[in-house]
Amino acid sequence: MNEKGEERSAEELHTILEEHKNHGKGLIPILLEVQKEFGYLPKEAMKKVAEVLGIRPVDVWGVATFFNQFRLTPLGKNHIKVCMGTACHLAGGRLVLEALERELKIKVGETSDDGHFSLERVACIGCCMLAPVMVIKDKIYPKMSSFKAEESLIPYRQESKPED
Amino acid sequence: MIFEEIRKRAVDQWEALRNETHILVGAATCGRAAGALDVIDAFKNECSRQGLDVPIIPVGCIGLCYAEPLVIISKPESLRIAYHNITQDFVPRLVEGYIMGDDPCLELALGTFETDDREVPYIPELPRFEHELRIILRRGGYIDPENIHHYIANGGYGSLEKALRMAPEQIIEEIKKSGLRGRGGAGFHTGLKWESCHHANGTPKYVVCNADEGDPGAFMDRIILESDPHEVIEGMIIAGYAVGAQKGYIYVRAEYPLAIDRIRNALRQGEEIGILGENILGSGFCFHIGIAEGAGAFVSGEATALVAAMEGRRSEPRLRPPRLAEAGLWGLPTLLNNVKTFAYVPFIIGSGIDEFTSIGTEKSKGTAVFTLAGKIQSPGLAEVPMGTTLRSVVYDIAGGMLNEKQFKAVQIGGPSGGCIPESLLDIPIDFDSLREAGSMMGSGGMIFMDENDCAVDTARFFLDFTAKESCGKCTMCRMGTLQLLSILDDITTGKAKMEDLELLRQLSEDIKMGSLCGLGRSAPNPVLTTLRYFADEYRAHILEKRCPALVCKDLIAYYILPEKCDRACEHCILVCPTEAIKGGKGEIKVINQEKCSKCGTCLEVCPPQYCAIIKISPICNLPPITIEKGDSAEGG
Repeated sequence: MNEKGEERSAEELHTILEEHKNHGKGLIPILLEVQKEFGYLPKEAMKKVAEVLGIRPVDVWGVATFFNQFRLTPLGKNHIKVCMGTACHLAGGRLVLEALERELKIKVGETSDDGHFSLERVACIGCCMLAPVMVIKDKIYPKMSSFKAEESLIPYRQESKPED
Repeated sequence: MIFEEIRKRAVDQWEALRNETHILVGAATCGRAAGALDVIDAFKNECSRQGLDVPIIPVGCIGLCYAEPLVIISKPESLRIAYHNITQDFVPRLVEGYIMGDDPCLELALGTFETDDREVPYIPELPRFEHELRIILRRGGYIDPENIHHYIANGGYGSLEKALRMAPEQIIEEIKKSGLRGRGGAGFHTGLKWESCHHANGTPKYVVCNADEGDPGAFMDRIILESDPHEVIEGMIIAGYAVGAQKGYIYVRAEYPLAIDRIRNALRQGEEIGILGENILGSGFCFHIGIAEGAGAFVSGEATALVAAMEGRRSEPRLRPPRLAEAGLWGLPTLLNNVKTFAYVPFIIGSGIDEFTSIGTEKSKGTAVFTLAGKIQSPGLAEVPMGTTLRSVVYDIAGGMLNEKQFKAVQIGGPSGGCIPESLLDIPIDFDSLREAGSMMGSGGMIFMDENDCAVDTARFFLDFTAKESCGKCTMCRMGTLQLLSILDDITTGKAKMEDLELLRQLSEDIKMGSLCGLGRSAPNPVLTTLRYFADEYRAHILEKRCPALVCKDLIAYYILPEKCDRACEHCILVCPTEAIKGGKGEIKVINQEKCSKCGTCLEVCPPQYCAIIKISPICNLPPITIEKGDSAEGG
């Protein structure tokens, strides 16, 4: 993140916490908002949240590491979620996940070194009739297979090249 | 404003819509995944290109997931027709054909809602709907979920108006008499819960709606909230009035952004017209509802864990008693029910208990809502009277198994439920019969499996999930599920011994006994039921190192049938990520088993006219490799 971005995010964090003071929001909604702004939960931001709520940082950390929704590292530019719900599992979701791990050379939960891709397994996105499903940047790819998953990466790879 | 005026205004608006041509597009999350938003844009563009002013309304889901994107075109004095699997490409045809012209585009139609002697199927007579009985899903997909007037014009908030004229005790009595049982899974009597919260000391009291649908493979709560959010809100307000609460929360997963949007919008509209907030409908009763976003944890579905999350803590269950009705959110009396449970309330109050109790079995009243997924013809959402047999759900409603494969089992209730085999297909669906079979109603997710699904692997899949989702509080759940998982890992990789089966069984029983909450107590269900109904498969894995369904990776090998391989084709070679396939131009291809990573890509790309690649288990059954023309597979 560039300096300007950081400044803007710090401001945004301030706004989120100020708003909390006025509305008495719970910890989870605050962390969700912080994550929406930063893309993940930076340690500094979590400390700040603890300070404002008057709770120990470890309690914020406890919640941040408990719930699946929270991430402690930044996501890649193209975030890929592979559904591992029951229907997707039966339809071969694991092969899709393995194909992506192989192709992107990262493991589930990691972000590629160049920051272009990150890979996550999610429990169910509720599109069981389209199983197995993966999601790249909010676009749903239905009825995947290892081969189709590899092919779906092509446009994202090309788009990321000019910036290298 | 008095309710009659509100209703009249709503009915006028609804009638006005029905008297003009309009288009409904199913745009719940599932519809959107299938491309509904593109279809909506296409209709907008096409209508404006043709100079038409036709309302295009995104609606919820009618539960026919296989037919998405689903479009309903209504024309006054003409048939109301539903069209299935509509993509952008069909839009000009529909606009020119049916909206502008008189051609009902039957080739795209699913059916009509009016009886007609033309060749359009009558939707209520489709096999699926003949066996369904819709109470809480009855409006979904037919009304605009973002327009409170649509809900009111279709009977909505009439029950609230009626309830506010009753005494709270009277409402609780009605709910008790209706026999309504909680739809969150455990099936506790709703009326009793309401009663104890009503009698509990402490103010303020809270009403919480549990919309933390964490079961992988269940999405009915999401669909109800996306399609008909007011139904749940109305149930919550009535509950608030009955137990004496002024504040309610809907705890919904952050993974459901569309549901959250639609609830937020519904709450705002409710406050605007005075159905929610201060002095509701002039009764003096005040009730506010807020949204509490969850952050995804399966254990949060457990009532005390959910309350912990709402209070900003780790979602860990606690010992009961005290029950939530006495000490819930912030230590105050709290009524917590599932989305579906609240959704039944307006129907029970509005239509009367007789209507409700006439549906279902003696001990399980009303209907059950299921999501149907897996290897079936028509996945989707179904609402059936309690007591319907599983066989009817599979063959009448879900349209039978996909590709006419053999039915093997159905997993009901997700990771907490169990696998039910073919031999039990005739048991009636109700809370108690399912429990007897070792499964449970649970969340209501049904996943159908066929002969290509491995029972052991499925049990392993669920244990992998529960082991990850265990909050860690109870040792038996935290360590026990991991231990079960590691034994299942051994079985699926061919490293297990027969004694391990007894260990699995014993450990499962111990975990059930030694865990505090439903997650741990039900986590072994998938193992116990598969052990009970598919013991042969476990034995095959252990004794023969064979996976009968050809799923478990370590027990299978990919093999190219030499007699079927087309020598000229090189598809498999081109895609193999480990360069395990050998064979030059014009040669038969051979897989080097040592290099093969069993990714399955070759099998997928082998052209259907050859189907030369198969899976073999056990691996020792692999035919010896015969190499043609010198170049050897081993040599690679």
